[in-house]
Amino acid sequence: MATGTTSSTESADSSPARRGVHTQGRAAIPNRHLRTDRWWVPPLVTALGLGAFVVYSTWRAFANGDYYAAPYVSPFYSPCLASNCTDMNGGADWHLFGSWWGISPALIVLIFPLGFRLTCYYYRKAYYRGFWASPPACAVAEPHATYTGETRFPLILQNIHRYFFYFAIPVAGILTYDVVLSFRDADGNWGHAGLGTLVMLVNITLIWAYTFSCHSCRHIIGGRLKHFSKHPVRFRLWGWVGRLNRHHMLLAWVSLISVALADFYVYLVASGAFDDPRFF
Amino acid sequence: MTYTAHFKVWRGDADGGDLNDYQVEVNEGEVVLDIIHRLQATQASDLAVRWNCKAGKCGSCSAEINGRPSLLCMTRMSVFTADETVTVTPMRAFPVIRDLVTDVSFNYAKAREVPAFVPPAGLKPGEYRMQQQDVERSQEFRKCIECFLCQDTCHVVRDHEENKIAFSGPRFLMRIAELDMHPLDAAAEEGLDRKVSAQDDHGLGYCNITKCCTEVCPEHIKITDNALIPLKERAVDRKYDPLVWLGNKILRRP
Repeated sequence: MATGTTSSTESADSSPARRGVHTQGRAAIPNRHLRTDRWWVPPLVTALGLGAFVVYSTWRAFANGDYYAAPYVSPFYSPCLASNCTDMNGGADWHLFGSWWGISPALIVLIFPLGFRLTCYYYRKAYYRGFWASPPACAVAEPHATYTGETRFPLILQNIHRYFFYFAIPVAGILTYDVVLSFRDADGNWGHAGLGTLVMLVNITLIWAYTFSCHSCRHIIGGRLKHFSKHPVRFRLWGWVGRLNRHHMLLAWVSLISVALADFYVYLVASGAFDDPRFF
Repeated sequence: MTYTAHFKVWRGDADGGDLNDYQVEVNEGEVVLDIIHRLQATQASDLAVRWNCKAGKCGSCSAEINGRPSLLCMTRMSVFTADETVTVTPMRAFPVIRDLVTDVSFNYAKAREVPAFVPPAGLKPGEYRMQQQDVERSQEFRKCIECFLCQDTCHVVRDHEENKIAFSGPRFLMRIAELDMHPLDAAAEEGLDRKVSAQDDHGLGYCNITKCCTEVCPEHIKITDNALIPLKERAVDRKYDPLVWLGNKILRRP
């Protein structure tokens, strides 16, 4: 099973009536849990929120259109690495993949932010609880017969989170470059700002905050040290990242929403459904 | 305000038992342990409950209240409405002895499996000197009162008895993190790699960081964020990161 568990129908030697909290010797209570609060609300909201993003991002990633409205580029399509990319007037449309790539160029680059979020320590908690009920909530018995967690393939691959963090840095750097370019107008003249500029600025700020609040970042910056006193600069940086890290869940959600909203804004402008209001 | 509350308390032993109903007086300012004591005094003199300090510091009165692992002495009655039924059971991850008392010896067995602090060579007790910023990280974990609520709520062993062999649980993985972060621990010099040991001998990989241990900790220790995830990252340093391996080779670090 993908989450290191086997379904209750796969194990014949441990019926639900005799395993887990019903194991012989534990207090004989027939209920699988006795919680009286609405414990199912958080996993349900998580599943709906992540599900909505997956549906939206899948549609947009495969759409291969309406992702550039000069000077704005959708974060789903930047950097754009195939020859079938729209010309972006000085933007990050680097045709590294040549013309053989015939499908949406978003699929090339999205693997990195997708991997970063998929292996993120917060999102792991969210989808283990929301989608796989492992566990659905604290002290609510999970429905699976066996559990090996992240000790085996494929879930042992969660340990590569830091590599996706390494890749997340240049990707966020390129999105920052896109924001800088959004201070030019459609003809490439500097001194422009529209509502799209503001949307992209907020989005990149949240993406950087989410990236730097990452647990792997916290470890690499200073967490792995044994003696902070010998590394005062890294200790100070570790403290800053730690303060961000306390809000990792919040930043995970708001940056997820902001990246979808930034893409949707570009889609509206590129498709002609909305005219970008210009501030100056 | 004084009112009569409806309590359901699990009574029984390893051979069986049931939730028994009680109507019991509740006064303003009381906690659940007060009510359990009133039940003992007035209606169920043989009700077994383990308790000691009544101040949230001894970790004795761990149980489950309305299905949530909690300390009986730190759960105020004011969080329940007067017409709400309060259900009290023993911890459901451990074998029951009688009524609200469970056999928590699993935890002591796991505690013994964690190699102790290794004193640094050349220093006698009393000569240890540490910088505050070096030691304060692991001091957070020293707040643990060993109530074992984190062990009780962890689904790895709560829902899978067979994992008790391989998995030490959040309390003892936190103990390993505490020792590994300790500025004077000399385990590495003695050939003990606590990072690898956490993964190979204590089942760190079973933890899927769903944070229930942090949610129930009465000392509000950030077990997952400050102990388990950093320990996972340290294990990655040792086992899964070729960049760190290469850096250590070049800089000749052990």
